[in-house]
Amino acid sequence: MTTAAPKKTPLYEEHVRLGAKMIPFGDWIMPVQYSSIMDEHQAVRNNVGVFDISHMGQLVATGPAAGGWLNEMLTNNIDKLEVGSGQYTFLLNERGGIIDDLIVYRTAPEEFLLVVNASGTEGDFAWLKKHIPANVDLQNRSADYAGLAIQGPRVVELFQLLLGSDAELPARNQIGTFDYNGGKLTIGRTGYTGEDGVEVFFPARDAPKIWNEILEKGKTLAIRPCGLGARDTLRLEMCYPLNGSDLSPEHNPIEAGLAFFVDLSKPKFIGRDVLVQAKESGTANRLAAFRMKSKGPPPRPHYGVWLAGERIGEATSGTLSPSLNQGIGMAYLPTPHARAGTEIEIEIRGQKFPAVIEKKPLYKKS
Amino acid sequence: MNVPDDLFYTDSHEWVRQEGENARVGITDHAQAELTDVVYVELPKVGAQAEARGQIAVVESVKAASDIYAPLKGTVVEVNKALEGNPALINTDPFGEGWIFVLKMDSPDDVKQLKDAAAYRAAIA
Repeated sequence: MTTAAPKKTPLYEEHVRLGAKMIPFGDWIMPVQYSSIMDEHQAVRNNVGVFDISHMGQLVATGPAAGGWLNEMLTNNIDKLEVGSGQYTFLLNERGGIIDDLIVYRTAPEEFLLVVNASGTEGDFAWLKKHIPANVDLQNRSADYAGLAIQGPRVVELFQLLLGSDAELPARNQIGTFDYNGGKLTIGRTGYTGEDGVEVFFPARDAPKIWNEILEKGKTLAIRPCGLGARDTLRLEMCYPLNGSDLSPEHNPIEAGLAFFVDLSKPKFIGRDVLVQAKESGTANRLAAFRMKSKGPPPRPHYGVWLAGERIGEATSGTLSPSLNQGIGMAYLPTPHARAGTEIEIEIRGQKFPAVIEKKPLYKKS
Repeated sequence: MNVPDDLFYTDSHEWVRQEGENARVGITDHAQAELTDVVYVELPKVGAQAEARGQIAVVESVKAASDIYAPLKGTVVEVNKALEGNPALINTDPFGEGWIFVLKMDSPDDVKQLKDAAAYRAAIA
């Protein structure tokens, strides 16, 4: 823990003005909710919501050797990225443990943008710098940029209101630059909610103006500002992992069920040997998703998971799912018990409540 | 923020309505606004012995579980079963339908040690 004053995003004053409840989040102070997590969650599932993600980090790698080097630092395959494309990927330590999960975009033939977790920014940058060759440049541009995640089925309509009716957003996992009010918006078609959406980055000084214009233009679409509370319920319904909770240096992407974002056909990347082994012989534990079977208290992180009178793990995430109106969560469990359909119990304040392992994602759009 | 004049209050944001030797207890409008979206209430058991300022119930929002404390020493004689089906009553009607339990007070004079409405208003201002 640090005793320094919490960092504020360029939108701090706007959040306070909207009556947001502000909470510490790592080194930052961030809005957890404006009115109600339920309402903000539903706004994203049904219309559109906007989240301040200015705390997230932006690292930019450039140089003729940048792509080859990143391929040795990250698990997914950079060679598959055309200019304007992005991919979800992991930064691992030598033991295959997860330092961070991130999205890397190829923004020019020899330029890459890494969008990393707020809590990971400093550590990722230091780790990458430690391994950087002389002919690659790496800059931490996090302080220069503010960012918004704009998520929900009406996001395309919103951008037509903002950028003109002929504006076309980048395709899924693509990134593009757009002129907006004399400035530039960098828009990636991605998100952390399971809905259609974008993550938008722009110079930090423009943040309050852009934030307010989006809320104003979005009024006809029933837009809502959304906090970390709804961000957590939305991502957990989709079983998207949260670094620091579901992901950590003690777990590798195979255990987390995220092998899809690891390319073992690459000859070399940090952590590869461990992952090859994990893939071949299987892992002792798997990150499983569960759903409570009865009405009862919602599961929370660190609650014990029980099977046949034995404690077999603990929840890494847990909440009440606003979409399902049921308690949901994730936990690393011994692989034989991590299979869908397995009946487990969650210990809540000394009492055990029935739950069942489910396939991911827990929420599917009907 | 609604703070009815005829109730007593605790520092931990419970309210108390004196009903003879009984005390009806809930959480304040201020507390429900802070919690938002109550999704589960763990009620005490009828017959449970409550110590003043002892943890006696749990109110859960989407984000967190919050302990509820007994404002006074006594015995739980009634609990609000309606909250099991509709915990959001705590949000919509905190001083009415959203009551949580009734205590039979060991000594009804204890209510005098609680805050009155004016003192509670000052505490949350």
